[in-house]
Amino acid sequence: MAKIIFIQHNGAEITATGVAGMTVMETAVKHQVPGIDADCGGACACATCHIYVEPEWREKVGARNPMEEDMLDFAFDVRENSRLSCQIKVSDALDGLRVKVPEKQF
Amino acid sequence: MTDVISTDVVIIGAGPCGLFTVFELGLLDIRCHVLDILDRPGGQCAELYPEKPIYDIPALPLVTGAELTSRLMEQAKPFKPQFHFNQMVTSLVKRGDNDFELKTDGDITFNCKVVVIAAGGGSFMPKKPPIPGIEAFEGSSVFYSVKKMEAFRGKDMLIVGGGDSALDWVNNLQPLVKSMTLLHRRDEFRAAPDSVNKMRELVAAGKMQLKIGQVTGLSGGDGLLTSAHVKGVDGSTSEVLCNTMLPFFGLTMKLGPVADWGLNLTENLIAVDTEKFETNTPGIFAVGDINTYPGKLKLILSGFHEAALMAQQAFRYINPGERLLFQYTTSSTNLQKKLGVA
Repeated sequence: MAKIIFIQHNGAEITATGVAGMTVMETAVKHQVPGIDADCGGACACATCHIYVEPEWREKVGARNPMEEDMLDFAFDVRENSRLSCQIKVSDALDGLRVKVPEKQF
Repeated sequence: MTDVISTDVVIIGAGPCGLFTVFELGLLDIRCHVLDILDRPGGQCAELYPEKPIYDIPALPLVTGAELTSRLMEQAKPFKPQFHFNQMVTSLVKRGDNDFELKTDGDITFNCKVVVIAAGGGSFMPKKPPIPGIEAFEGSSVFYSVKKMEAFRGKDMLIVGGGDSALDWVNNLQPLVKSMTLLHRRDEFRAAPDSVNKMRELVAAGKMQLKIGQVTGLSGGDGLLTSAHVKGVDGSTSEVLCNTMLPFFGLTMKLGPVADWGLNLTENLIAVDTEKFETNTPGIFAVGDINTYPGKLKLILSGFHEAALMAQQAFRYINPGERLLFQYTTSSTNLQKKLGVA
């Protein structure tokens, strides 16, 4: 189990508990976190689960994979800390993970 | 000129559920026309994940979206479905009992007895980047597709994106426009290597500009764009002078015109019963990801089941008073003849 904090565009925080093996996207959808659309259901095929990993967590979360890098071309305002949340697996090591949700997926 | 086609059934959506609906209706001697907004069959399987393996199709331990589509096309083939691609249904009107009129944005009109909505997540539409103020330029300076190349002759063009659409239009429009800039967030492109090479040759020859960065804002007035503000990878900002912009950020699914057809919706899904998968309008059915009912699972296999059951009720509408005999493809010579195997 790992607590994941989704920071909304307006600053509000939603804490969701993820189970190891689930993805951060699935955790968000399960807890109905606004702003994570996940149109394709986790196939890394739509870029509508785009999030920004808070700087202190970037190393633990790790780098983008090549498929994800390609898909991020479909996202808006891609930054250094941009990730697709369907490509981040929840683990105990990520307990307390903080991610920012963009104003809107598009 | 508007074409008018009269038929028994129109299926909206050529994804897996739409294709299997052709099969189930075909077994009952019902012929279909199938419409899709994409330029090919498969729906999400074609557009979102053609190469990705699917593991939960009964009896197929692993199948890709593309292969599932081609198998369903093969299965539907004996029933000679008529496909109409690149068509978005813009209106659906009930004219009487089992009498519907459908119109598409490609100027085709269908008159039919039964409508099956198998539209999945809705219509695939171009993604509109949330650049502040972009709406004011849409349709006059900002376009998400190219209908007539000639309309862009002599323009100062900015194309944004790194996929096939972006690169194809860079290469195709470059000879026509006054100036061409391609803007992409990184110096790597998903597009076909041939088109990337062609673009790089144009850049090397000084015929166009390649910029790495992202659009953050637009300038102009009265719907006429004058420049785009660009943030570079290093955070620096610059301006690209342009009077036309084509952003290509892929497609997204929107419910689209379905919302205006008087159907009961629950959270943007069409409410149906679980006996016939019929909507609140008799004669209009919904199968697959676009429908909802208690216990609904958005699985392709659920859509297949829904198609088989809705076909029974469609038969009753199309052949009033006729008795429907339940038959198995394993034993019925009648069905096997229809399938072309007996």
